[in-house]
Amino acid sequence: MNPKPFEYHAPKSVAEASSLAEKYGTDAKFLAGGQSLIPLMKLRLLSPSHLIDLGRIPGLSYIRDEGHDLAIGALVRMGEIARSDLVRRHCPILSQCAHQIADPLVRNMGTIGGNLSHADPTNDMPAVMVAAGASIVAASGGGSRVIPAGDFFVDTFTTALKGTEVLVEVKVPIGPTRRGAYLKLERQAGDFGIVGVAAVLEMSSDGRCAAAGIALTGVGPTVVKAARAGEILKGAKPDKNVIDRASRAAAEEAQPSGDLRGSAEYKRAMVETMTARAIQAAVRRQAER
Amino acid sequence: MTKVRVSMEVNEQMRDAQIEPRMLLVSFLREELGLTGTHVGCETTNCGACTVLLDGRGVKSCTVLALQAEGKKVTTIEGIGTAENLNPIQLAFWEKHGLQCGFCTPGMILASYELLEVDPDPDEKAIREALSGNLCRCTGYVNIIKSVKYAAKLRKKGVRGMKKGAA
Repeated sequence: MNPKPFEYHAPKSVAEASSLAEKYGTDAKFLAGGQSLIPLMKLRLLSPSHLIDLGRIPGLSYIRDEGHDLAIGALVRMGEIARSDLVRRHCPILSQCAHQIADPLVRNMGTIGGNLSHADPTNDMPAVMVAAGASIVAASGGGSRVIPAGDFFVDTFTTALKGTEVLVEVKVPIGPTRRGAYLKLERQAGDFGIVGVAAVLEMSSDGRCAAAGIALTGVGPTVVKAARAGEILKGAKPDKNVIDRASRAAAEEAQPSGDLRGSAEYKRAMVETMTARAIQAAVRRQAER
Repeated sequence: MTKVRVSMEVNEQMRDAQIEPRMLLVSFLREELGLTGTHVGCETTNCGACTVLLDGRGVKSCTVLALQAEGKKVTTIEGIGTAENLNPIQLAFWEKHGLQCGFCTPGMILASYELLEVDPDPDEKAIREALSGNLCRCTGYVNIIKSVKYAAKLRKKGVRGMKKGAA
């Protein structure tokens, strides 16, 4: 089925996009790669009267090593992230996550900006951003601001972005002492996950975790930050006992609900298993650079 | 709703038309240009029968607006070979029985085309990964994988054209 008719706008700058959003308000939606939005429009779950295509705005498609951060432009495709040597070298969790999103054809269109702005609780990338303590840069005609990923995901399909703001960049912290892993349990290739777990550890030279971020996909109204699990890891050597306690805490912090992909009990049990595996995978990973 | 102009290069030819903004790329190809080699299967971004190349990368054209292809290069199954001069991937699918009903085949071939451009000698894992967005309802996956492996060999040798003895 085709989407309902809409008026199409192709702004050439973020400022122009923002002023169109201001003009049309809730009748308008931003379009990036469209891999979430277009299916919703075809199913007529969404029928905006105005579509503001960000795809022709120049300068939003880059991956840069900025020393302490990897800066990624909003229009970078998931496939580009999955294939990027720079990402694989400096932030393997990001490549590992990108490889597990949908399928290669969808990844060739879907963008990181669209994925995060859409804020689907079963989207994988938000958990990586929250666990890694990433920053999200939002811009409008009037300037830009930085939103910590932990504050960005407000509710199902709801972010901290104002109607006139465009997500323009994400900054993911990188460094020689950081190790991360994203694991996803799925029913079949390309499906949304049943449960996903992102674990990012900051390792000190004595083998302890100086800091840890754990975040969960698919088990709450939006991405769930498992703060207690992170606290248990902080300052500790990630041995079996610590990992077991952190995983149990993550399972308790999850807010799963039963659906086609499994009962709430099953998902909670899987959070525990997958969290343990994600932490172990992060510990085993070579230094990110 | 007012129509807008869209223009893009399809199979190395500039094409343009006045379309409704909501027109999907697959509809543009099939209905405006008559290129019906690109199939519409599930219409829900699952099956990959509608796969085309957009600036060299495989995409599901049922989930792309024609306007998103503005100014870009689109390659469809009609653009990579003809009945008299088959692409080595097409030859390989024929030779190795990589199709039964054939409905998923254009998508399978274009996804394979992207793979072989990037990785001319893929192992089975790479082939399975590259085709993970394409479904074959005849479940002929084993022969499809054999076909892609064989296509890699034919490409290296530069074999194109007609299968010997074909009508």
